[in-house]
Amino acid sequence: MSRFLVFAPLALFLALAVYFAVGLREDPTDIPSQLIDAPLPEFDLPPIQEFDEGLSSADLTGEVVLLNYFGSWCPPCLVEHPMLMQIARSGEVPIYGIDWRDPPGAGTAWLQRHGNPYTRIGDDASGRLAIEFGITGAPETFVIDREGRVRYRHVGVITQDVWRETLRPMIEALREE
Amino acid sequence: MMRFLLLPLAVLLLSAPALARPGPDEIMEDPALEARAMVLYRQLRCVVCQSQSIGDSNADLAADMRVVVRERLLAGDSDAEVRAYLQQRYGDYVLMLPPVQANTLALWGFPIVLLLLGGGMAFFFVRRQAQREETELSAEEEAQLAALKREEGLE
Repeated sequence: MSRFLVFAPLALFLALAVYFAVGLREDPTDIPSQLIDAPLPEFDLPPIQEFDEGLSSADLTGEVVLLNYFGSWCPPCLVEHPMLMQIARSGEVPIYGIDWRDPPGAGTAWLQRHGNPYTRIGDDASGRLAIEFGITGAPETFVIDREGRVRYRHVGVITQDVWRETLRPMIEALREE
Repeated sequence: MMRFLLLPLAVLLLSAPALARPGPDEIMEDPALEARAMVLYRQLRCVVCQSQSIGDSNADLAADMRVVVRERLLAGDSDAEVRAYLQQRYGDYVLMLPPVQANTLALWGFPIVLLLLGGGMAFFFVRRQAQREETELSAEEEAQLAALKREEGLE
């Protein structure tokens, strides 16, 4: 018994080493979305400056769409922007945008400078709706199915790889449903 | 040396609550609600700053979350309902104190297991030491001891 106990600290150390080796590799900023398979929160956002139409939850039902949270203040959004333009030009899936916490006019100016990939844009200037969506940072993109349920959330920039390997196959699969 | 270190440390510790306080425009009119809000701010995690509460953080999102806390309090929610409201949207992660449930069992249980394990080992070790002291020397060992003492001139 006592001879066995001598190895207990070593065994404990090894167990912890394995646990941390696995655990520390996980991304702590990747907080799982609570919205997966849940219906969208109901909302009706006003348009951003110089646009006529805002965005409501009803606009997002009927077909598979992407919903993208962005802000003109957000550098990664600018990195992601050419990818969104490419998707919009290809016409593969409509992208809806929510302008998060931008001062009046800032989102409009940003889109005029870089191009507008969005079918419709809502203005979440106060950031109140972002909390309903469980947003932790911009950009964040939701894949929404025909019934208006959130099926997937991507946190961070949509790269070519993310689009090719994750989002596009998922959109195609959801259209088959 | 210590005295030089103690003063800045004391200043830092005393100023911590002042740093943590949300802006003056955020104070609720009802002092009872304000007191509850201050407690809730410390119990909810700022989801962009990871290890800070929304009361400690001046991130925009933390400010927005404080707005939601006040909004729910004004709507008549209990403290538990306010926490549940944000938990529903951000998950368990938003709670500074992780709830005790299946997936946090290791987190809560591990210290207890360690304590029992370490305590048990210490208990056995101490008892064995005590037992060893009680054992008497055999006649042969007594003779050896006497011989050694004679050699050292102790007797």
